[in-house]
Amino acid sequence: MKLINGYEAVIGLEVHVELKTATKIFCGCSTAFGAPPNTQCCPTCMGFPGTLPVLNKKVVEFAVKAGIALNCKIAKNTKLDRKNYFYPDLPKAYQISQFDLPLCFDGHLDIEVDGETKAIGITRIHIEEDAGKLIHDDTLGTLIDCNRCGVPLIEIVSEPDISSFEQAVAYVKKLRSVMMYAGISNCKMNEGALRCDVNLSVRKLGDKTLGTRTEIKNLNSFNFIQKAIEHEYERQIKALEAGETIIQETRRFDEVSGKTFSMRQKENFNDYRFFPEPDIPPFVLSEEDIENLRLQIPTLPEQRKRNYVDAYGITDYDAEMLTSEMFISDYFEQAAKNCKSPKLLANLLITDLLKSADLSSETFPISADNFCSIIDMMSDSVINSSTAKKVLKYYCENPGTCENPSDYVRSNNLGQINNKDELYEIIAHIIDNSPKVVNDFKSGKNAAAKSLMGMVMGKTQGRANPVLAEEILNSILQNI
Amino acid sequence: MELLSYSAIELSHMLENKIISSVELTTAFLENIAKTDSSIGAFLTVCAENAIENARLSDKRTASGSRLHPLDGIPFALKDNICTKGIRTTCGSKMLEDFVPPYSATAAVLVEKCGAVLLGKLNMDEFGMGSTTEHSAFKVTRNPLNESYVPGGSSGGCSASVAAHQAVFALGSDTGGSVRQPAAFCGVTGLKPTYGRISRYGLVAFASSFDQIGVISQSVRDNAIVFDAVSGKDPLDATSIDNSKFNFSDEIFSDNLDGIRIAVPMELFNDNIHYDVRNSILNSIETFKTLGAKVEFISIPEISHALAAYYIICSAEASSNLARFDGVRFGHRSELFNGIDELYENSRSEGFGSEVKRRILLGTYVLSEGFRDKFYSKAQLARQAIINAFLKAFSNYDVILTPTTPTAAYKLGEKLTNPVEMYKGDVCTVCANLTGFPALSVPCGKNSSGLPIGLQLMGKAMDEQTLYRVGECFERAVTK
Repeated sequence: MKLINGYEAVIGLEVHVELKTATKIFCGCSTAFGAPPNTQCCPTCMGFPGTLPVLNKKVVEFAVKAGIALNCKIAKNTKLDRKNYFYPDLPKAYQISQFDLPLCFDGHLDIEVDGETKAIGITRIHIEEDAGKLIHDDTLGTLIDCNRCGVPLIEIVSEPDISSFEQAVAYVKKLRSVMMYAGISNCKMNEGALRCDVNLSVRKLGDKTLGTRTEIKNLNSFNFIQKAIEHEYERQIKALEAGETIIQETRRFDEVSGKTFSMRQKENFNDYRFFPEPDIPPFVLSEEDIENLRLQIPTLPEQRKRNYVDAYGITDYDAEMLTSEMFISDYFEQAAKNCKSPKLLANLLITDLLKSADLSSETFPISADNFCSIIDMMSDSVINSSTAKKVLKYYCENPGTCENPSDYVRSNNLGQINNKDELYEIIAHIIDNSPKVVNDFKSGKNAAAKSLMGMVMGKTQGRANPVLAEEILNSILQNI
Repeated sequence: MELLSYSAIELSHMLENKIISSVELTTAFLENIAKTDSSIGAFLTVCAENAIENARLSDKRTASGSRLHPLDGIPFALKDNICTKGIRTTCGSKMLEDFVPPYSATAAVLVEKCGAVLLGKLNMDEFGMGSTTEHSAFKVTRNPLNESYVPGGSSGGCSASVAAHQAVFALGSDTGGSVRQPAAFCGVTGLKPTYGRISRYGLVAFASSFDQIGVISQSVRDNAIVFDAVSGKDPLDATSIDNSKFNFSDEIFSDNLDGIRIAVPMELFNDNIHYDVRNSILNSIETFKTLGAKVEFISIPEISHALAAYYIICSAEASSNLARFDGVRFGHRSELFNGIDELYENSRSEGFGSEVKRRILLGTYVLSEGFRDKFYSKAQLARQAIINAFLKAFSNYDVILTPTTPTAAYKLGEKLTNPVEMYKGDVCTVCANLTGFPALSVPCGKNSSGLPIGLQLMGKAMDEQTLYRVGECFERAVTK
């Protein structure tokens, strides 16, 4: 992000993540996305009189795991609080959240931008319930869908350690990845499972005091996060240079114009009158509880990357690609376990499978064992790399093939020709039948050798051992 | 009619031995309601048809030897803030005038599971706010012992109906004395249990950390049988206590009170307590001594903060609990409005009475920024000090004895000009709500106008057993 007039941006992010528990935080309704309106709600999540919230234990477990994955301290004593305000998507006219004793605090997440690592502090993580959805209809007016009321959320608040949109996007991407690996959310931004609020202020580089910050809520794509930050950064600087003061307020990001707009005053002034939730007793987490949850978290991407580099000699860049999604990482580990060359496996996985296979359902068209088997054949020179790609392509286009790769190679006669005598015969035959090309070679055109090699590959359907073929070709040519 | 004045236990024996049928019994009660309720005004809804049908089913069970519980076939009534599936539940408010809940309160379900017969829903001060039932949006309830006088509140309909033999027992709710005070005013017995011992699920919330469903009955033994039926842990109420079911047994009661230590706090025996009431308590103390108990006067200075702490906290919680009544999903919605703010304002202005509005305003104020520490936080500290003081007293005594109210019932209209005058009547009862300890009110005499006076027995948490033992022994002694 380009700095303007020596001002730095001071950015903190509040990210809301929907937990993928089967049921809501305070009642037994389903949390599944996409159901017809008001079909996944009950008197409790609709705030009917006399109903009471009962805390879903799994929500606490998921939130603690999120905290552990983000290097946080976990509160031993914690409670819920009521945040009181009126809005049609909030049935009880209060949200049950956490005020002064959040479940997790004092954590950090390392991000990498332009090869540099930076630790972004995490102030706190707390649990709370989601509100419903308002849908505006021209004829009917505002419609309320209560399906989302009571869906469990964690709110992850970062320290204002972020100073550019690049860092902000890297932070959200990494956060998403860690949350998915930890198994607590599917983080589908297009389904609203991860929502980002940006808090931004500016100050002159070197200045220690913080400027007035504004908040931009509900940015649901990396693109919008970038645009909103860029625009707001510029807007604040322009205002300050013109002698205006920045008003502390919540602003709305307009996707069409790419600008932020001030929201009505009313939406800014809210005294939430927090007080402890009397319907849910405060609770305690023991060291044992926390330790048991820690053991349930699978190895996170950062650690996996290091493992791949250390154990398999894979490059940082490749390791980053392999850990970009958990299903890719799990697949790689499964295939690499007994593979003769994990490095080769990583290579082929990245250049071929990831590029061409349909992975929309997060499963690979070829089993990890079969993939490993193809790599092993390459390592053993049973097939060469171009054959390997051909075989891989076959498996990708025919998912569900039962035949194992070595059988397939054998039955289709795809095995590499490693026999020197056999190769000599083929190459000699080609040379005898290509006098013009041989003459070109003799007159110094090096491309001719390549062309001859091409003919060898063509004649052998790509099965010639390239190293041996080249050796033999060269030795014949030199003796002509 | 004599049938109407038998206790639940006597009626239970008569039903079991087929001396009477539930249909006969229920019909007798319904006839009495029809005869007397136009002047008493205890009932808001009478469920005559359902009652007869349930009575018939009870008689069938008796005939086949499969009675569910001693209360099988016994007619009872419920305060109208206890939700009953399919039956209008108004909370004495225009806001819920036509509200029919699609669920029943756990306590209501439990009584029904015993086979008891629901006669109808009882009048109350709107949302539980009031001490005379004069704040009902629908009608006034009169004290059956003298119809110019109040029956007490907010469970005035409950105490009046039991005193007038319109129901054998009733379930009410007690937040600051709303079961015990009306019981005292009408000369019947009322229990507020240990907080968490009767589920609050389905009880429309007024002040969540104080509210408890309570039992109003003609006698102490009756009270205990009903408490047996409705007490115990409920998974739908996170504040309900494990292992809290009370089991009725004749062994609880005894002919004497040897070894029982009773304390009488001076702070609730001073000039603020009417002479007639103090006199009645002094006579009762003599009775207790005769029965073998040790009675001593003590001082609990923290009691002087109780009324203020109570009103601050209960108003704060009420302002939050009643925010859900916004005209959006259920309840009264104004016919005239432009936009959401007017929808809220008009619906709530039209739906709530003045006492409710007063409490909401007070509650919002004490929680708001700048005042929270001074009022709400201070009140909670005072509450903790009161709890500690009572715990200390209970380390040396088994029961704390006080008058239930500073005066006997007063005339209708007498305390409507100054709300604080009415609030002062709660001075003896609020400590049990602030601390969560159980308290039982039993009749102990009459004032010079012939109106009943009640004495209050407060016990340790979960020690209703001792209260029942002491109360029943006393009741027997004074009924001779």
